[in-house]
Amino acid sequence: MSDVYIVGIDMIRFGRYPEKTVPGLAAEAALLALDDAGLTIRDMQALFCGNLGQASGMVGQRMLAEIGQTGIPVTNVANACATGATAFRDAWMTIKAGVYDTVLAVGVEQMGKGLLGGGGGVSPEGLVGSYTMPAMFAHIGMEHSKRYGTTFAQFAQVSVKNHHHSTLNPKSMYRVETPLKEVMGAEMIAWPLTKLMCSVNVDGSAAAVLMSEKKVRERGLMDRAVRIRASEMSSNPFEDRQMAMPDFSGATRVAAANAYEQAGIGPEEVNLVELHDCFATAELVHYENLGLCAFGDAGKLIDDGTTALGGRVPVNVSGGLLSKGHPLGATGIANIYEVSTHLRGKAGERQVEGARIGLTHVVGGGPGMGTACAIHVLEKV
Amino acid sequence: MTDTILPFVKAGDGAPYLAGSRCGACGEVFVGTRATCAKCTARDQMAPVHLAQTGKLYDFTVVYRSFPGVKVPFIDAIVDLDDGAHLKGTLMGVDPDPATIQFGMPVTVEFREAVPAGADRPYLTFVFVPAEGAKS
Ligand SMILES: [Zn+2]
Repeated sequence: MSDVYIVGIDMIRFGRYPEKTVPGLAAEAALLALDDAGLTIRDMQALFCGNLGQASGMVGQRMLAEIGQTGIPVTNVANACATGATAFRDAWMTIKAGVYDTVLAVGVEQMGKGLLGGGGGVSPEGLVGSYTMPAMFAHIGMEHSKRYGTTFAQFAQVSVKNHHHSTLNPKSMYRVETPLKEVMGAEMIAWPLTKLMCSVNVDGSAAAVLMSEKKVRERGLMDRAVRIRASEMSSNPFEDRQMAMPDFSGATRVAAANAYEQAGIGPEEVNLVELHDCFATAELVHYENLGLCAFGDAGKLIDDGTTALGGRVPVNVSGGLLSKGHPLGATGIANIYEVSTHLRGKAGERQVEGARIGLTHVVGGGPGMGTACAIHVLEKV
Repeated sequence: MTDTILPFVKAGDGAPYLAGSRCGACGEVFVGTRATCAKCTARDQMAPVHLAQTGKLYDFTVVYRSFPGVKVPFIDAIVDLDDGAHLKGTLMGVDPDPATIQFGMPVTVEFREAVPAGADRPYLTFVFVPAEGAKS
């Protein structure tokens, strides 16, 4: 079966745009991606649009009302923090299945400030533990500490690294250095997570144009193409403590194993990774879940600089969700944009030299909801 | 009668308990009542049980920032109950100091009435407290 390629991909700079609309933000990214491909909306045969905040609001159709209503099929997608990557994968599947040759995938989110989590009705928060996102990811870090002795400082170092990376990325929300002392001294939210170890709620959008191999050759677009070597998704397999403690590792391990098999590579062949660092604790846990190191060795990887720019396998050179920002529905395609930009050799100051293969990972969910995970493996053409 | 904070907390006619289910096929114990086993997928094998009221602290965090009106800090605990169920709750009766809380400490479930943040009346809820004789 022939491969599917990305021929256009881009994102807006993540930030706070209260004066804009969700479809408007989506339209900006869509036009950037179309321009990157040298195509127009008239070339698109279908649209997959990911958004959480207005999941029942027909965001894809409203976006087309801003950039051109050509009558193409629109599928609106919501899947927690994997929303954007799900839209991307759905686009990939239609091409892989031979239904379409050229498909647009968009991810968009407009967010308020503040804590995520909770729900309707009388809240058990405080009386029966906590239901905030930071508390969930604090538990994951504490479990890692208990098993392997991982320290507060090692978790904090993830934020130091990713904030440093973001100073080299003009599309990042924040672009400031945060020394270890500052990260550890920031407001404690849920031990061991300080405010600077939690991702930033921002507005943002990202979009990609996917194309069949036949069409890429026909249109002469191979010079800008990135090959999709694997596209995988998973939900959370049963875990004993899942109702008390949402599990993001099981789904990541399932998707990673399948993605490596589909790509026909091992984790040692990956040159850069954009993974789901919604909280600093998550990044270390996912080093192990993605096979970047053995179980228990994640602390070593952050200590010795393996995952910093210039290291063996740089992780989140974009600044990650911690610094670039985490507009839920946009994050999955923004990660793919980052890796694609390195594979095209166009990442400027933060370029991972000689990058041939990159991996993107997003995983989301919530208390009592379950997990959605998506992993893509991309290759330089 | 007082309402309960979560559906699996039962007033039990003056003897409150936590409602659970045990799978007759694989033995997994779940918090709350259910009809199908999420672990082994068996159907119609679930028997209702009263969950154990003793267990051990598996994992915890100390929450310093919560939703508006919620008193902080508090300890958000994950407890492995002695019957194999796993339960989230607030651990009381020990300092909310991450340096002194012990993984694995034995705890018991206690029932009490409390007013949730934003509510105007008490609900029946439960907390974990250090087991009799346990050091904190
Ligand atoms: Zn079962």
